[in-house]
Amino acid sequence: MSTGTTKLDVVVSDVVPVNDLVTRFHFRRRDGELLPTFSGGAHVVVEMRDGDLTRLNPYSLMGSPLDTREYTISVRRDDVGRGGSLFMHRSVKPGLEMVVSYPVNLFSLDLRAKKHLMLAGGIGITPFMAQTAQLAGAGGNFELHYTCRTASLGTYADVLQERYGRRIRLYHDDLEERIELDRLLSSQPLGTHLYVCGPAGMINWVRERAAALGWPPETVHYEHFAAPQPGLPFDVTLAVSGKTIRVGEQQSLLEAIEAAGVDPPYLCRGGVCGQCETNVISYDGKFIHNDHWLSEEDHRSGCKIMPCVSRFEGKSLVLER
Amino acid sequence: MAAKTIISRPIYGTLSPQPGKHHLFVADAEGALAIVDMAKTAPPGFFDGAEIVFIPGPDGKYVEALEALKSAQLHVAPSFASLLPRLKQTLTNAHMGLRLYLAGTEGLIGQAMQVALEAGIDHTSMQTEHRGSLARRMQCVHCKGITENVTTQPATCAHCGLLLLVRDHYSRRLAAFQGVCINAEDRSEIPPVEEAFP
Repeated sequence: MSTGTTKLDVVVSDVVPVNDLVTRFHFRRRDGELLPTFSGGAHVVVEMRDGDLTRLNPYSLMGSPLDTREYTISVRRDDVGRGGSLFMHRSVKPGLEMVVSYPVNLFSLDLRAKKHLMLAGGIGITPFMAQTAQLAGAGGNFELHYTCRTASLGTYADVLQERYGRRIRLYHDDLEERIELDRLLSSQPLGTHLYVCGPAGMINWVRERAAALGWPPETVHYEHFAAPQPGLPFDVTLAVSGKTIRVGEQQSLLEAIEAAGVDPPYLCRGGVCGQCETNVISYDGKFIHNDHWLSEEDHRSGCKIMPCVSRFEGKSLVLER
Repeated sequence: MAAKTIISRPIYGTLSPQPGKHHLFVADAEGALAIVDMAKTAPPGFFDGAEIVFIPGPDGKYVEALEALKSAQLHVAPSFASLLPRLKQTLTNAHMGLRLYLAGTEGLIGQAMQVALEAGIDHTSMQTEHRGSLARRMQCVHCKGITENVTTQPATCAHCGLLLLVRDHYSRRLAAFQGVCINAEDRSEIPPVEEAFP
């Protein structure tokens, strides 16, 4: 059993279309008990059994941490992805029995902060749904700036505005509304922490401006799950378990290792947490690193790989697994 | 230079210019020289947005050296207690983008850090550099009294008079090292007193 990946047997209690792209899924425990406690920013890994294929995708919990009768996630349909979101949208119906991991939080609030400044882009809103509920319940000081493409794709913008009024500020791309980021960052009281979740470009932009304007790294929190990218199939030798496996086009290296019956540790499956870091014994070819965990130096060294999101092209790859 | 003995024993670095919009320096005595040394590597115009608060040592030196940096503000104070209201006021009104630099004795660094922590700055976000005396600020774990400028091992509590072993165990919350009775079993046993923190 992998670290932190204790499983929960759940049943889908509700499926609610939110807008053209996003659907919300509710899970309850099959035994009727309460689900484990979680904190705002936590995610669960959802197991999707799609015929012979098992996909394990992480999704942020978006319900209030004060209510553990159910877990809720929101899934944005990605028509060109590896099929996990399409499976959720097409095949998951109320009553379906599924398995999810215990919650893990890699994007938690720093409750020492005097104020929490949140920046969301698109479906990156989901962890903030839980975080705002957690803070509001404890009288916390927060402000959320949410960028979405159009008002109709502003998932939960209406809910948030109704709950929190002026603490929520919306920016619509189609109306050319933009966050005045430098002014926003420069006008925050000392002791503010910054949280950003959204597309990689937005996260990089916010982190770069915050650093330049003197926000210490300890005050800047971000979460970006890199979905595993499809790519050319490749062969890998697992030296410890003495197996040679093939990684399929739509499969991640981690999924291929698991399919061969080897059980490496993992938590986020999105290149963030570092759990599945694997040593490379030898290789002839080139790595396609997609993670946010290893340093650039590690990437160049050819000694390590994050099998959850990264791939390989070349003649041979031997891993210490 | 303080050596790391146990995890709570603070270690200090070397001041270096950080990205930011405002720079607040708090220093005492030889701590001024840490600021002067850092200024040699600071980008042009760095001190235009800087405020220096300085407590001179008994020799009264280094005020001119700091004046020469032409910071936006230089405030010279006779003691930490006398600058405390000003420091609190500055931090209360400050915005993100203010960077804090602390230099000088451990007592000064610790007490300024204590105020800054309350204002919401993480201790790892502060630049610190130890210069000058190794004298310690000590809390007696028995009567809770604070004794300033402890240079000996063991040291006598200025409040309850117990003879205390000055530990490396440090409290950021109290800005003090912990002093524990060294002869609790037999008070007549007086170990030799050494000048351990000159």
